[in-house]
Amino acid sequence: MSLNAPHTTLLLIEDDPQIQRFLATALEAHGYTLLVASTGAQGLQLTALRQPDILIVDLGLPDMSGLDVIQRVREWYAGPLLVLSARDRESDKVAALDLGADDYLTKPFGIGELLARLRVAARHLARSDDGKDQARIEIGDLSIDLASRRVVRASKDIHLTPIEYQLLTTLARHRGKVITHRQLLREVWGAAHVESPQYLRIYMRALRRKIEADPARPRYLLTEIGVGYRLVDELDFPESAKTTI
Amino acid sequence: MPANTEDKRPDPDALLAAFRDEESQAARGRLKIFFGATAGVGKSYAMLEAARHQRAAGIDVVVGYVELHGRPETEALLEGLEILPPMPLEHRGIALNELDLDAALQRKPRLLLVDELAHSNHPGARHPKRWQDIEELLNAGIDVYTTVNVQHLESLNDIVAQITGVAVRETVPDEVFARADEVELVDLPPDELIARLGEGKVYVPDKARQATEGFFRKGNLIALRQLALRATAERVDAAMREYRDRHAIAQPWAASERLLVCVGPDPLSARLVRSARRMAAALNAPWLAIYVETPALARLPQAARDPILATLKLAEQLGAESANLGGESVAATIMDFARQRNVSKIIVGKPARSGWRDRLKYSLVDELIRASGVIDIYVITAEPSTHTAAPARAFHRNSRWPGYVKSMAVVAAATLVCWQMSARLERTNIVMVYLLGTVLVAARFGRGPSVLAAVLSVALFDFLFVPPQYSFAVSDTQYVITFGVMLITALLISHLVAIGKRQASVARQRERRTAELYALSRELARRRSIDELAKFLCRHVAASIDGEAVVLLPDGDGNIQDPAHFCDRGRRPGNASPMRYPVPGNDLGIAQWAFDHRQKAGMATDTLASASAIYLPLNALQRCIGVLGLRPLDARQLQIPEQMHLVEALVNQAAVAMERVQLTETAREARLQIETERLRNVLLSAISHDFRTPLATIIGSASTLRDSAPGRLNDAQRATLLDTLMHEAQRMNRLIGNLLDLTRLSDGRVELRHDWIALDELIGAVLARLRDLLAQHPVTLRIADDLPLVPGDEVMIEQVLSNLLENVARHTPAAIGAEISAYVADNMLEVAIRDHGPGFAPEESARVFEKFHQLRPEGAQSGFGLGLAICKAIVEAHGGTIVAANAPGGGAEFRFRLPLVAAKALAP
Repeated sequence: MSLNAPHTTLLLIEDDPQIQRFLATALEAHGYTLLVASTGAQGLQLTALRQPDILIVDLGLPDMSGLDVIQRVREWYAGPLLVLSARDRESDKVAALDLGADDYLTKPFGIGELLARLRVAARHLARSDDGKDQARIEIGDLSIDLASRRVVRASKDIHLTPIEYQLLTTLARHRGKVITHRQLLREVWGAAHVESPQYLRIYMRALRRKIEADPARPRYLLTEIGVGYRLVDELDFPESAKTTI
Repeated sequence: MPANTEDKRPDPDALLAAFRDEESQAARGRLKIFFGATAGVGKSYAMLEAARHQRAAGIDVVVGYVELHGRPETEALLEGLEILPPMPLEHRGIALNELDLDAALQRKPRLLLVDELAHSNHPGARHPKRWQDIEELLNAGIDVYTTVNVQHLESLNDIVAQITGVAVRETVPDEVFARADEVELVDLPPDELIARLGEGKVYVPDKARQATEGFFRKGNLIALRQLALRATAERVDAAMREYRDRHAIAQPWAASERLLVCVGPDPLSARLVRSARRMAAALNAPWLAIYVETPALARLPQAARDPILATLKLAEQLGAESANLGGESVAATIMDFARQRNVSKIIVGKPARSGWRDRLKYSLVDELIRASGVIDIYVITAEPSTHTAAPARAFHRNSRWPGYVKSMAVVAAATLVCWQMSARLERTNIVMVYLLGTVLVAARFGRGPSVLAAVLSVALFDFLFVPPQYSFAVSDTQYVITFGVMLITALLISHLVAIGKRQASVARQRERRTAELYALSRELARRRSIDELAKFLCRHVAASIDGEAVVLLPDGDGNIQDPAHFCDRGRRPGNASPMRYPVPGNDLGIAQWAFDHRQKAGMATDTLASASAIYLPLNALQRCIGVLGLRPLDARQLQIPEQMHLVEALVNQAAVAMERVQLTETAREARLQIETERLRNVLLSAISHDFRTPLATIIGSASTLRDSAPGRLNDAQRATLLDTLMHEAQRMNRLIGNLLDLTRLSDGRVELRHDWIALDELIGAVLARLRDLLAQHPVTLRIADDLPLVPGDEVMIEQVLSNLLENVARHTPAAIGAEISAYVADNMLEVAIRDHGPGFAPEESARVFEKFHQLRPEGAQSGFGLGLAICKAIVEAHGGTIVAANAPGGGAEFRFRLPLVAAKALAP
């Protein structure tokens, strides 16, 4: 499968040897090349030295906080960055995303979930390599035409208010990735409104009613509880439910 | 003979007291006093010599303070002894040296030498008197040698003054002398002393002549020597008696004596007190000093009451227990108190008779003697007394003038009425009208005006109505009776009314005080925290003494801390500024002292009286809780006994209440600890069972996969094993998650994030996450349109929804559906999750929210029974409620409600 990007190099910054071993085995079996760093410092060094395509950072590192690693690596590294975190640390996830991480995975996670995230990352990588944004985004039977500002689902035009449209396109630009509440608020309403999440809830509900067949069980616009929203990249996206109950 | 053996047994109370003394002395340092008749007998010399012997014996001796008076022999003795540098003080520009108490306490030698026990410290020292310094040194376990002259003993003070004509200001309470462990009399015959004086050995030469002419006359010296010898002899006698008590050598033990001395506003009361002290000392008896405050005395101006308080304080210093009693009759109150306290002898002053009134009435002494029964009454001569008459009369004059005027008006009115109707009225009835007027005046305005009314009435009646008219001449002697009856009636009624009023006022006052204390204790009982109690106490005390109050509490190490917020002010809000705390560092030290010693200190006390506030320890039953700092606007407030009694009562009650809170707290902590311990045990057993079960499966499956030879397992078998592995691992993950949540929630450490939750969205997300688990259980949604946003923590509420839905999956057979409804009810958002399964067993629904409660204990699908406990904790933290019940149509139903307005716990 071309999306598996056979020669994609990953750098895993994680101190637990068992996870290192498990990921090395699984990812190499799927055609990735995996570099491993056990400390934050080593991770920063390897990133600079080996220029990996995708970074996977564990938030709990022995020498420095994973958040610090993200902050420092983001000063000069623009590639996709995935975060591994413990289940009950929503605030850490949000902080990591706000610092520039692209996505997160909650421990424990299944390999399927990780592979899906990596596929999204690889796609974003390919897109930014192209250097231009797509004018038209298609997810399942939802199509967003950025040039003509048209949104169509199941061949039917959907009328969105300007804010709804902006919400949808913001999510679409980062499709497959989690966008935190703050990021969304900043992009759609502006920096002054980042502390007003209730707007977001109301507009998101309205948006769902327009683009989802069953708004109570959304398929496109997913809620990442306590973190933010995600517009799926592919409709048959394996649900996180499989492994993170 | 049995009676004899009984007699020989030591009195248990006396023995107990002796034990207690011994016990406290074990920690307390020993005090040795070098006692002399006058200056110059060689006390300091003897003390230094004794100290040198001690040092030679290897004792750690330090000289704290020695007055040399330029005597070379004495100075020579100092050589080789360690001398503590004195504390330099400056007073009105003069540099002064004092004993450096803190340095001494810090150096903590075995034996410290401090000259001149009676010395008064200069302002700026901790205590006003040196004997108080020494008291503190002894309490710190340091032995002290000191010196004192006989004229400095408080109880002999006035005798010495009488003999020598020189009043000595610096005195030492006899208690200190009596409690000394050893007294060594340093004696020098008067002739030798005069010779030494002449040689200039006592004072520098030019002063010496002055001294021999005044104080050091031979006659004086002999008298002083006699006094000193007698005081020593009395002490030796007391020591002997004590020894006999302890060793039961005694003859049949004499019934113990107890003395009571009554003091009044008389300046000679102080003498009375000193006499009582001497008598008590001679009898080796405890003694009491009391002051009976009648309503008349209570009306005295403050200046007149000050000497009484001073006298009572003197008595306390001399070792008496003092009391301030209120009552209508002095004699009755004294006798009541005396009987109640088992007093054997009452000492009163002999009043000088002055006015005619005293001659008419029984004197206090007479009344006491009549009521005394078995109690002896000692009457001690006092010189002419000003007693209370003068101020009382002044008072009458000031306030009763309008009464006289009004009494004249009443008589005039009566006259007018009689004059108008004289034609129709019998003379007897005219008398009745006048009598009525007089009675009214007596009832209303008191004795003086009523007497005036009686006299006026009789005069006018005589002048206007009795023939011959318009003349005071009385033709009929019968009218003398009219006159007499009118006068007696007026006096009697006014007297009755006065008594009634006085009693009412006393009762009112007493009732007010009682009510205040009652209200206070009720208020205190309502307060649940030390903070609240402290605030309340401050407010109350500040209001009742009209000043500023602050409660200072110690930290864990017993160091008094700056108050953070307990300041309060008195009842003049515009005027008084809040106590400017942080308390000045110095005052904090005083507060610390009060706390450490459990005694009051600061203003109007014996310790550090120069402070700007008084510090009262909050002494509870078992320990000292803290210190109340009190700064009255008027320092005299602290001298008023009722005020101080009230404050002390407040402080005591508050201290007890605070201790109660502390004890409750401790008990609560202990209970919590037990509960925690219990939980831990349950948890441990749960972990050992519930964790090991899935682990056994995981290890079993994994090892089967790893160890089976290739080809041994077919694909279907491998898939089954892998599925089992996955399933069990996820189960463990769930268990750990629940455990973590519950630990965080029950610690109270969890902080709810304030967020706005769209419940429809949340339900959708939860369903997506639980898709696999709920694959066998179709879920119907009935969610109201436009559900309002709810304030709360999204992640937490998700937890509630997940746990409830997992329950459905766990406890209902496959293919049984569930229904989730969300709607607004009673201004709350309600979510109901109902399954169509078997429902709860009877009485089960009430217990499902308990920790570690499992529907099917030890069941294959058992969790920890924590899921629902977590739900309950989360919902309640949001200010909501959760209930479980069987749904009307069958099946279990959980309903939780969340308030649409943020609960307190969520407020930022």
